[in-house]
Amino acid sequence: MGDAARRAAERAARDSYGRLLAFLAARTRDVAGAEDALAEAFASALASWPEQGVPANPDAWLLTVARRRQTDAIRRRHTRKTGEAHIQLMTEELEAAGAHPDAIPDRRLALMFACAHPEIEAGMRAPLILQTILGLTAIDIAAAFLIPPATMGQRLVRAKARIREAGIPFAIPEREDLAIRLDAVLDAIYAAYAKGWTEIGDTAAERLADEAIWLGRLVVSLLPDEPEAKGMLALMLYAEARRQARRDAGGAYVPLEQQDITLWDEEQIVAAEALLHAANQAGPTGRYQIEAAIQSAHVARRVTSRPNWDAVVALYDVLLDLTHSPVALLNRAVALAETEGPEAALASLDAIAGDRRMADYQPYWAARGHLCARAGRKEEAHEALTLAIGLSTDEAVRHYLIGQRAALQDG
Amino acid sequence: MRYMMIIHHDDEAMAKAPPQELWAEYAAFNQALNKAGEGFSGGLRLSPSKEGTIVRTSAGKTDVLDGPYADTREQLAGYFFIDVPDIEQAVEWANRCPSSKYGAIEIRPIVEQTAR
Repeated sequence: MGDAARRAAERAARDSYGRLLAFLAARTRDVAGAEDALAEAFASALASWPEQGVPANPDAWLLTVARRRQTDAIRRRHTRKTGEAHIQLMTEELEAAGAHPDAIPDRRLALMFACAHPEIEAGMRAPLILQTILGLTAIDIAAAFLIPPATMGQRLVRAKARIREAGIPFAIPEREDLAIRLDAVLDAIYAAYAKGWTEIGDTAAERLADEAIWLGRLVVSLLPDEPEAKGMLALMLYAEARRQARRDAGGAYVPLEQQDITLWDEEQIVAAEALLHAANQAGPTGRYQIEAAIQSAHVARRVTSRPNWDAVVALYDVLLDLTHSPVALLNRAVALAETEGPEAALASLDAIAGDRRMADYQPYWAARGHLCARAGRKEEAHEALTLAIGLSTDEAVRHYLIGQRAALQDG
Repeated sequence: MRYMMIIHHDDEAMAKAPPQELWAEYAAFNQALNKAGEGFSGGLRLSPSKEGTIVRTSAGKTDVLDGPYADTREQLAGYFFIDVPDIEQAVEWANRCPSSKYGAIEIRPIVEQTAR
């Protein structure tokens, strides 16, 4: 059995799992109960489909196993009277759905909105979506998010209980709330992608990036009219296209400007450009579209041999207006150094120099170190690079910075 | 939440570590740690565990013994303190500590004395 076949089978199992879980949970608002009902069926699917192939009707296959489980679970848990009514209703619904599997409504989007509801702690939204929509285990999610497995397990249990206790609706928000609520869903998916992007050489993290892109595609397919969803998917694809170029043959860190463009994945860039173009039909409106446009200006180097720095600075101005984020200001400064020189860039950083959040923010000190070095302020550069080295968690980045700091003495 | 970050070194891995590089990385790490704010502080480096002494009093009798407290490959080598909102950031600080490559960092929340 090839790897591709296994992945296809797993994909089909996850696709069915998420749809069925959303269907069951939307009915009962009991995510944990629905998971219990599907767990055994999903585990058998993951074990047998890669060997025996994906069944003609994956949903019906899973439902056949799950239906019995769900009924048993409800029978055990509830008092006789309400329990039986519940069982009957569920069995009827599931039977109707099982007879016409095409009729199973896709409530995954509603489930994602529930997982990213304001009542759910922001940091738990991504793990919750990964678990409910994709069926990832708490252990796998914990490994990707670098959290102790027991802690992740407890937090997931609490978040699911919260959905029920707070009466969080399984619904796609009304038009006026849609943009804000969708942002929360997109932020959660992007957080999962960002985790998968920063941890290099870690298979758990790399898989997470794949899953996030898949979720991004799902949201785009379920909400085809939302430009921000397309913007976020484009942003992930631009980043993903450069994955191979981020390290050289010896595993050393390669900064964006020095990456070998022949290692960029042209297919993913083309897909990202098309998505961004479609998203921007009515003019860029949100954070993800602007960030994707910045990526587009960077990869313009494929054709023009130089990134479009004026466009990058202008886009960061828009982003800064929109988000007032110190990170946007920091990135803008790096681009500004290319158009107006390092002193102008450093002066622009004064606005966030006293920000408490920057004290242990590694990219701030790395950027500051590079800018000071370019401005010939060696002592300041040395200090900033030293802090950046001390704050690095990635070995390749740490080595790169140590090299930069050593170069200060030679230059 | 305040955490004590306990550094355990793997003797074998430590013996192979390039000392100059390691201490340069430690200098940077300590500088970052001390600049991170109140509640963060570098601890002291401990001598190898075989130079330790173990004292135990039981039923009025005091035993004094040589050497490491526990005979495992990984031994207590040092510690530092951090004050961060969450276990995520604590893991990040553990990751930044150069010793994480040559052993393990144990993260222990410090029990806060609360007035009740």
